[in-house]
Amino acid sequence: MTASGAGGDAVWPLLLGVRHHGPGSARAVRAALDAYEPGAVLIEGPPEADAIVRLAADEGMRPPVALLAHAADDPGRAGFWPLAGFSPEWAAIQWALARDVPVRFIDLPAANTLAMAAEERPVPEADAGPDEPSEGAGQAARVRLDPLAALAGAAGYDDPERWWEDVVEHRGPGPGPGPTASAAPFAAVGEAMAALRAEHGDGGHEDDAAREAHMRLRLRDARREFGAEVAVVCGAWHVPALARRSTVTADRTLLRGLPKVKAEISWVPWTHRRLARHSGYGAGIASPGWYSHLFHAPDRPLERWLTKVARLFRDEDVAVSSAHVIEAVRLAETLAALRGRPLPGLAETMDAVRAVMCEGSEVPLALVRDRLIVGDVLGEVPDSAPAVPLQRDLTRTQRSLRLKPEAQDRELELDLRKENDAARSRLLHRLRLLGVEWGTPAASRGSTGTFRETWRLCWEPELAVRVAEAGVWGTTVLSAATAKAESGAVGATTLAEVTELAERCLLAALPGALPVVMRALADRAALDTDVGHLAQALPSLVRSVRYGDVRATDTAALTEVAAGLAERILVGLPPACVGLDPDGASEMRAHMEAVHRAIGLLTETSRTSAPTVAAGPGPVDAPASASAPAPASAAGGIAAAGPAGEPTSPPASGSGPGEVSEPDAAQGASVPAPAEVRERESLAAEGRAGALGVADRDVGLRGRWAGVLRGVAGRDGGPGVPGVIRGRAARLLLDDGRLAEDEAARLMGLALSSGTAPTEAAAWIEGFLGGEAGGGMLLVHDERLLGLVDRWLTGVPADAFTDVLPLLRRTFSAYDAGVRRTLGELVRRGPSGADESVGGGPRGQAAPAAPGFGPGLDAGRAAAAEPTVRLLLGLGSAPAPTPDDHHALEAAG
Amino acid sequence: MTVTVSGTESTESTESTQSAESDRVAGGAAEVLRPHAEHTFADELSALAAADDRPRPARWRLSPWAVATYLLGGTLPDGTVITPKYVGPRRIVEVAVTTLATDRALLLLGVPGTAKTWVSEHLAAAVSGDSTLLVQGTAGTPEEAIRYGWNYAQLLAHGPSRDALVPSPVMRAMADGMTARVEELTRIPADVQDTLITVLSEKTLPVPELGEEVQAVRGFNLIATANDRDRGVNELSSALRRRFNTVVLPLPATPEDEVDIVARRVAQIGRSLDLPEVPEGIDEIRRVVTVFRELRQGVTADGRTKVKPPSGTLSTAEAISVVTNGLALAAHFGDGVLRAGDVAAGILGAVVRDPAADRVIWQEYLEAVVRERDGWKDFYRACREVSA
Repeated sequence: MTASGAGGDAVWPLLLGVRHHGPGSARAVRAALDAYEPGAVLIEGPPEADAIVRLAADEGMRPPVALLAHAADDPGRAGFWPLAGFSPEWAAIQWALARDVPVRFIDLPAANTLAMAAEERPVPEADAGPDEPSEGAGQAARVRLDPLAALAGAAGYDDPERWWEDVVEHRGPGPGPGPTASAAPFAAVGEAMAALRAEHGDGGHEDDAAREAHMRLRLRDARREFGAEVAVVCGAWHVPALARRSTVTADRTLLRGLPKVKAEISWVPWTHRRLARHSGYGAGIASPGWYSHLFHAPDRPLERWLTKVARLFRDEDVAVSSAHVIEAVRLAETLAALRGRPLPGLAETMDAVRAVMCEGSEVPLALVRDRLIVGDVLGEVPDSAPAVPLQRDLTRTQRSLRLKPEAQDRELELDLRKENDAARSRLLHRLRLLGVEWGTPAASRGSTGTFRETWRLCWEPELAVRVAEAGVWGTTVLSAATAKAESGAVGATTLAEVTELAERCLLAALPGALPVVMRALADRAALDTDVGHLAQALPSLVRSVRYGDVRATDTAALTEVAAGLAERILVGLPPACVGLDPDGASEMRAHMEAVHRAIGLLTETSRTSAPTVAAGPGPVDAPASASAPAPASAAGGIAAAGPAGEPTSPPASGSGPGEVSEPDAAQGASVPAPAEVRERESLAAEGRAGALGVADRDVGLRGRWAGVLRGVAGRDGGPGVPGVIRGRAARLLLDDGRLAEDEAARLMGLALSSGTAPTEAAAWIEGFLGGEAGGGMLLVHDERLLGLVDRWLTGVPADAFTDVLPLLRRTFSAYDAGVRRTLGELVRRGPSGADESVGGGPRGQAAPAAPGFGPGLDAGRAAAAEPTVRLLLGLGSAPAPTPDDHHALEAAG
Repeated sequence: MTVTVSGTESTESTESTQSAESDRVAGGAAEVLRPHAEHTFADELSALAAADDRPRPARWRLSPWAVATYLLGGTLPDGTVITPKYVGPRRIVEVAVTTLATDRALLLLGVPGTAKTWVSEHLAAAVSGDSTLLVQGTAGTPEEAIRYGWNYAQLLAHGPSRDALVPSPVMRAMADGMTARVEELTRIPADVQDTLITVLSEKTLPVPELGEEVQAVRGFNLIATANDRDRGVNELSSALRRRFNTVVLPLPATPEDEVDIVARRVAQIGRSLDLPEVPEGIDEIRRVVTVFRELRQGVTADGRTKVKPPSGTLSTAEAISVVTNGLALAAHFGDGVLRAGDVAAGILGAVVRDPAADRVIWQEYLEAVVRERDGWKDFYRACREVSA
């Protein structure tokens, strides 16, 4: 055309070597296109996109967007080519579409790159994007030459990005008018790359030969179609290869035999945040917001940028005046001069902001980084763009699971033991995570088993929109849900949020997201100072561990985190129990109970899943589990109370060592017998303090929890622990068989002695005897305790009695009618029997009188009941009656 | 066991260790315990001045580039080796020097032991060739220390006159276009601090008694240091704050750096206290440094577990004191080898400043982090013993 004096044919094809996402490159490309006005524009990108490039001019299209190519039969295999408003490719597309100049994409088809990527490495689902060679940062995966780094190194820069910025991006348009000036930087970069490639060959970019051959062929086609005057926008690295002359046959040979899949392509909305990640073009950029600013600012980029920063600070109530901005500009400019840079770059600017506006603090700076340097920009794609792969994946999954989207409301019962139903449940849970509320969990009718789930299904038309929106997160339901969960975990502010997320991740079977979620969980837990929050989080976490077992998920990480959480509670609980008002006390009591149950479950779970845990990354020294107890080695265990080397004790004879061995009738009454058996087993295991293994530690955890409870129960008086908590702690210990009855009686006596304020004593009683129905049974069976209560109650002064009455009423009214009646009868019978047992010592195993029963054991009647009880306990037909049976009989009696 | 580390002490605590030897060697005045920076490094400064061909701001002895080189070290074209005075991020020195060049006052913030005073002294020495125009900030620093005082004998004998006036270091710096230094700015009472506002914004110091003023000549600037863990003692007014560019000096970046600094400093102190020779307790030092770093940063060294940071500062200087203390224990009461038990009590004292909150934090740290760690069993037990 009018390439005045530029040597006519010599400039064509106009090769514009750029850095992907470089605002300076974009500006230069625009200027060069304006100057030369080519008849066609060729762009590095998958040729499949030729068909949908028109959409880029659509009003509904707003960058950042990405070209997304995916295998038609497997949406999980996909590649992205992101384009921001400041990308040179985007600038070229816009220029061409505005002038009705044809646009062609000339890179290797996505059909090939996707197939090649699949062959190279069988990546599961998440990121199987074509491994584009990078013009920007070095690629971690393979050792490849980073052309920019090489050039920057030659120029004495240690940071390639900075070099490129100084040399290209921060340059204004070339000096002087005319087309030669606008093309000059490209020529220079082209020469540099040629020199580099002459020295380094392909620099490790093996795929490039085929890609560049394809580019040359497409370029040849284009010149035939549109005439010689075409412009090519491609990564600077490819410029020398495109300028080289080679024969058509040679190029075709290079392309022969490339694998191929059927690929489809579409536009998807993109975000600046994702631009900052390494994907697609490979040139992940760290500061899209800054680049966008550089590209769009009409003039004085530094001043405008710092004003933006100041505005951001003001919006966040940080006082920043214009004087600050002035000083920051001065500092940034002088700093750039000191560092010998032509213009202040991002580093200088941020240094200035830190020193002048932030008083040296990094905290407000993080805000700038998040909001401005990266930015929250979200692209838009017109509705006419082809459907996103996520929708396809969903449709495919729906078909294979025989779960049709119907507008009609219906209920769905799932049995998670069935493969198909489990998959359906996972899909629904994942969709819920993605904000596609197709199904909502409903209360199960009938069965309450954990393997059953009930859903209410209803497909609303707007859910399609939700699916399209969720397309930002990934190309398949699994990968999208994983990405969403990860981002949710990182962004969550409270511990409860993360725990809930963890639970949902397990339900939705997102093992990929679990590490991130667990990390977030551990972090939140570590920083949370409120034991209450931790105590709230623990039960649901432990539930997840248990539930994970049902779904056969590997919950080793979860167990680890749960144990860590329990550990923190153990440390934090005792101080948190001090100085509480009655409301706070009852809340804390609830927490304590929840934690108690959770720790019980946790230790149980970790014992059953010990081998799994041992395989995990934890510091496991010895494979310790209940079935194969570790040999007692170093006395490293904290709760090492028992004789080392005690042989494995079968549950029946499992009288653990020390104080815990005290058999206890009340326990038999309030705790189901199988649980007791397990309990004994765990106690026995604890006695054998083994090496520091995970399972062993968990048993130790239980022991230490008991220690904490004991400490709480024993703290008395003054600004000490409220009675209700002390009472509850004592009771929990007693139920676990970790508190000898004598000791319980002593504690009760202490709590109910005349030195204690009556209300405090009543609170203790509430804690010790209140709550579950089992509370009353204890009194029925242990007349000594009843006697203590009775004596205390009769001793309460008349004026205090009215204060105490409501508390006591609350405690006793919760009992079953039968229990209340029995208690009443016992009390009416008088203190004769009670006195006896108070006076008497602890009942040994051979003690004839179980409280509440006649003296001795009626062998005849017991024998009649024994087979049934055995059956109930699943003990088989063991020979002589053991202490356990004795309890069982008592319990049954 | 705690040792208060004031600003002046911190001069010596970290980076000064490298130069302590050269102090002794190069010190012109042999009897002086500690010569000024401009004397100690006179050779380097003159070599830099000779090699420096870049533009210098008015009354600067060196160009900003040469000042940065003086602090960060390097080799000049003629082969002179400039020793690094500050070991840390280059960015920080560059911003500090640039701030001085743009005629803004510089505020160096940091916890004790981050070489604030050290950096300020060397900056002043390199820029103005004189690091002695110093105002030490204390709770009792009067206005006269920043503005001017009177020679009362003169004042009574001859009335107010220029001769009776005793100029402050700041005033002298203004008159001569030099760099003034204010140490521990936040220790100075707020009303006294604010006398700096006029100096920094109007660059003038009125003397109403004489109807005169001292106007700052070009080249005048001011470097202040402040302790950012002691925040809130005498918070800078926002008017004053606005006059400063702030640079935060970080704690040593890597554990190795910090272990190195602690070990060397401990050896020095041990020598000066004439402690009996105790064999290398480098493992114990490493443990102390690890504990301090982890609690300070709120995350374990492997980056996998977060921990709550306690209220104490846990600076390098405190780590030094813990180890020194442990050495003394080991030498006088122990078996002469630095063991976990010797440092445990010291660590407890350094970490647990607030008896309620810090104790929980410490125990949580012990249980969640230390107990699990390989080879730390003795340390764990020793700590449990002293914290029980």
